[in-house]
Amino acid sequence: MLSVAELEVTYANGVKALSRTSVSFERGRFIVLLGTSGAGKSTLLRCLNGLVRPTKGDVLVERRGSIFRSTRTLREHRRQTGMVFQQHHLIGRMTALENVLTGRLAAHGTFRTLLPLARADRILALEALARVGLAERALHRADQLSGGQQQRVGIARAIAQRPEIILADEPVASLDPETAVKVLGDLHRICREDGITTIVSLHQLDLARKFADRIIGLAHGQIAFDGAPSDLGSSVLDKIYKVSSPALLEAAE
Amino acid sequence: MTPSRAFDAILADERRSAMRGAALVSLIVLACLFSLWATGFFDAQRFAESGPAISQLASEMVPPDFSRWQTWLRPLADTLAMSIAGTALAVVISLPLAILAAPNTSPHPAVYFVLRTLLAFLRSVPELILGVLFVAAVGFGALPGVLALSLHSVGMVGKFYAEAIEHVDPKPLEAARAAGASDMQVILHAVLPQVLPQLTDVTIYRWEYHFRASAVLGIVGAGGIGFELMAALRLLNYDQVSAILLSILACVVVVDSIGAFLRKSLK
Ligand SMILES: Nc1ncnc2c1ncn2[C@@H]1O[C@H](COP(=O)(O)OP(=O)(O)OP(=O)(O)O)[C@@H](O)[C@H]1O
Ligand SMILES: [Mg+2]
Repeated sequence: MLSVAELEVTYANGVKALSRTSVSFERGRFIVLLGTSGAGKSTLLRCLNGLVRPTKGDVLVERRGSIFRSTRTLREHRRQTGMVFQQHHLIGRMTALENVLTGRLAAHGTFRTLLPLARADRILALEALARVGLAERALHRADQLSGGQQQRVGIARAIAQRPEIILADEPVASLDPETAVKVLGDLHRICREDGITTIVSLHQLDLARKFADRIIGLAHGQIAFDGAPSDLGSSVLDKIYKVSSPALLEAAE
Repeated sequence: MTPSRAFDAILADERRSAMRGAALVSLIVLACLFSLWATGFFDAQRFAESGPAISQLASEMVPPDFSRWQTWLRPLADTLAMSIAGTALAVVISLPLAILAAPNTSPHPAVYFVLRTLLAFLRSVPELILGVLFVAAVGFGALPGVLALSLHSVGMVGKFYAEAIEHVDPKPLEAARAAGASDMQVILHAVLPQVLPQLTDVTIYRWEYHFRASAVLGIVGAGGIGFELMAALRLLNYDQVSAILLSILACVVVVDSIGAFLRKSLK
């Protein structure tokens, strides 16, 4: 189980993006983060694999403790945590297969990866591509794929890691509504099949309602809602999406 | 302010900035003219006197004398080998230095700064000077030429490599890092694949340049066809000089087209 304790993030420019947040994410669940722009969704997700260092507090994994204990524990945690990015973060001139194989890097030592990866890794990568329906595009350059296909390659890269956890930061924000449902559906299906704990930030309420086991609403760097999709009533939505906060109201006066 | 008054103000502004532009251009033209004068270009008498000498030289250069062409083959091959060896050496040294000299892959800003300075220093020592030094150190022949070419080129190639690395898209680096890749793996598998086309381009361009430069290096005793060129010049065999220059030109054309072909097929 993954959890954060008393997490606080203040960026170098003084912006406090998360304040004193404690929450745990149960194994195997599909958890959706909601919140307005700037609420702190990306910040929370990036803390969960140490891309952002919390100013205070800690990120803990079952049995292994803090992910920040050493460079090794951090790498080990990242190896077991796949990440899917909004802008897919692929290398355009590499093939889909080569991009997916970067998900296999951490399974090997640096010197081993100077040589081409083994057949077993390539098979794993191809399987991952097949699961998102792109096996026959494996040798196409990433920049010659459509936006939806690129995002699928991003998902394949994450599952090729054989992760326990997948973090996805607005994975469907740049896709049309129809493709968004399909791509998120793929991610949801695969995570269910493999029992992967998945934490996804979304801007689309309907998608959140459709796929989430649990929804966490963030507002102004704090958890404003935590519950089942069925509890997500209009009063709760007001709390998550209303711009006014005590601080803002004060500033307005 | 009425509209027409406002427009007048805008037009006055425009005139002022046009004047500033004109003043700058005149300053540049003046600097050019002054430099030409200072270096004796406007000394008509000197040109008039040199006319006969130039025409004498030109007449001695034609027809080119290719009778000794067989003795030039080996030096030309040496020059080609020097250019390839110099490029290989420059690449092998430049790549690690460039990684340390790019702000996004350098382990520390101090390392980055030291490396940038080192590269600038290497660039600023002309290869002819390096050639003289290496000839003194390791003796005549192709070896000092190769060392001079590569060391000077490290300054240039390393800088271009570092700049290419500096401008990679950071997103795939983050993705690799998020997947647990080590710093070295990030460089090998997220940085280098992105810059490979640029690195190849710079390298091939540098090889073409090395061929031309190694022809000159022979002049200071660093092997190759330049050595023959210098010998012919010393003996005032201007018809052989022109023949050697033409041979070099032919080789440059061949090397450049091989370069163009490589660039296209390595895209
Ligand atoms: N690298 C950074 N440096 C400084 N401030 C940052 C940085 N990243 C985010 N912030 C600030 O932290 C706050 C939270 O940002 P965050 O990206 O976590 O929000 P978000 O909920 O993901 O928003 P969005 O829906 O727009 O992606 C914002 O005010 C943002 O401006
Ligand atoms: Mg975000």
